[in-house]
Amino acid sequence: MMAEPTAVPSPAYAPARRSARAAEARAGFLFVTPWMVALLVFTMLPLIATFVLGFAQYRPGSTPTFVGLDNYEALFADPAFWKATKNTALFALCLVPLKLLLALGLALLLDAGGRSANIYRTIFYLPTLVPVVASSIIFMLLLTPNAGPVNVILQALGISAPDWLKDPRAAFWTLIIMSLWPLGIETLIFLSGLKEIPDEIQDAAKLDTDRPWERFFGITLPLITPMILFNLVIGIISSFQVFVQALVIGDTVGRPGESTLMIMILIYRSAFRYFNIGYAAAIASLLFVGVLVLTLLIFRTARSWVYYEGESR
Amino acid sequence: MSAAADTAPRKRTGRAGPARILYHAVMLLISAVFLLPFYWMINSALKTNSAIFSTRTQWWPADPQWSNLWKTINYPDFPFFAQLGNSVFYAGVAAIATCMSCSLAGYSFGCLRWRYRDAAFAVTIAALLIPPIVTLLPTYLFWAKLGLTGTYVPLLAPYFLGDAFFIFMLRQFFLGVPRELLDAARMDGAGEFRIFWQIALPLILPALTVVAIFQTVYIWQEFMLPMIYLRDRSSFPLSVGLFSFRAQRTTEWSLVMMGSLLTTLPLIVLFFFTQRKFQQGIAASGIK
Repeated sequence: MMAEPTAVPSPAYAPARRSARAAEARAGFLFVTPWMVALLVFTMLPLIATFVLGFAQYRPGSTPTFVGLDNYEALFADPAFWKATKNTALFALCLVPLKLLLALGLALLLDAGGRSANIYRTIFYLPTLVPVVASSIIFMLLLTPNAGPVNVILQALGISAPDWLKDPRAAFWTLIIMSLWPLGIETLIFLSGLKEIPDEIQDAAKLDTDRPWERFFGITLPLITPMILFNLVIGIISSFQVFVQALVIGDTVGRPGESTLMIMILIYRSAFRYFNIGYAAAIASLLFVGVLVLTLLIFRTARSWVYYEGESR
Repeated sequence: MSAAADTAPRKRTGRAGPARILYHAVMLLISAVFLLPFYWMINSALKTNSAIFSTRTQWWPADPQWSNLWKTINYPDFPFFAQLGNSVFYAGVAAIATCMSCSLAGYSFGCLRWRYRDAAFAVTIAALLIPPIVTLLPTYLFWAKLGLTGTYVPLLAPYFLGDAFFIFMLRQFFLGVPRELLDAARMDGAGEFRIFWQIALPLILPALTVVAIFQTVYIWQEFMLPMIYLRDRSSFPLSVGLFSFRAQRTTEWSLVMMGSLLTTLPLIVLFFFTQRKFQQGIAASGIK
């Protein structure tokens, strides 16, 4: 809660001050009211409604009926659900560390280049501007067997290239590769952390050790742990919601062979193709709980590995 | 994008020539990898369909098909100008609405003192972490009940009330407004709204353009909600239009590529005119 101002106003002004403070509090409350209404109407109530719908049999046009845990029972017996859960978890598990490592590597390179790296920074950021529908279609052509440039280059290097879009095992990596392309925001967040490290600290570290990797693990890495935490949380939450890439590649069935079937695709097709709202709501509830638990776990462990400078804001 | 880099010029002590050359060689190679998809988009957009899938890979369009541009924007399955207009409308209204609603809430969280403020702010941050799909189904049923699916109302209405991310961003900027300034205005008898409108808001005006730009980019790329709420092709924004174009015409790859190019280009142009704002926006996404 917020601290009341401690200064004691002179008696003559006291009533005026008090009414000014009351006016301020009233205004504060008033200005935030539209947002509180939005939070209630578009976040809180729907969140509760989703959980309630998860226990109902409901198709648009009919009246919802309470069915207890039927949706969850059906869900746990549905191989597609387990396939989608496995795919989504694997996707997050592969994508997030790869993306963070790549982004950190690029940020270190950008930091080393000083001003001359500005042009590269712009180039690394550009992919984030491409709508995912467009980038997914571009990657489908880039990865076309025979004619696509990626396979031509790989073959020239003597690497046997898979059929990226037809081979189920490769299709999963196609999703990862196209999701790695827009990493500009993560890179810039790491870069801002690196720029904040004072030169004096780096110089002092240079007196301590000649080995750059010792400086990196001893000084640089601990100082940017807040950025790692931020990128990690955002990365996990967003990769659990991977949707557009999977839809463009695999439609609502996860082609080829359910290899691109993700939780979001399952929710989407249950609700808007099969109109089984209760079933979709049950999956959405589980997604929410999953993301919530993961986020809480990360924040829990964060206390032991994230370095916070002095005061917290 | 330059603001952050220029604030602290780093000492480059004795960086030798060969090391510099090596550095730029590595960076150019990485840049080439990042730019390849852009190049391939343009390259494919200017080829014929058979040239795209020819086993003799064409690294540049030997015979550029400029008519692809004409064919794409006149394609009956891809009403380009209608969808471009929809995207501009969708992004424009959302950006303006977001600026209005979020500056009020951001100011209240950043500059005003009231009971339960910090609790309300904590809830706002928590809302940021909820996957949108979790709240989508009941919200969809709500709009369907009102008969408003198929219009832009469900897509735009929430932005008139606020958006957690941009409220957070603007609060960060409002925290920098000195309290003494606002108190001085209060002593002069200015009303609370007037203080917001005439003193605080002008001070963070640059931040408001950051919000408008970020929201424009975000909405331009938004896909799931317009796909779910809108029904006919002429009302789609470009992102959904491109998807349905691809789904209908899986054979016309060069035209789909031209469509991708046309969908992306406005954001690239916007970016090059407002680079500095992007830098500020990312800095203010706030991870301190």
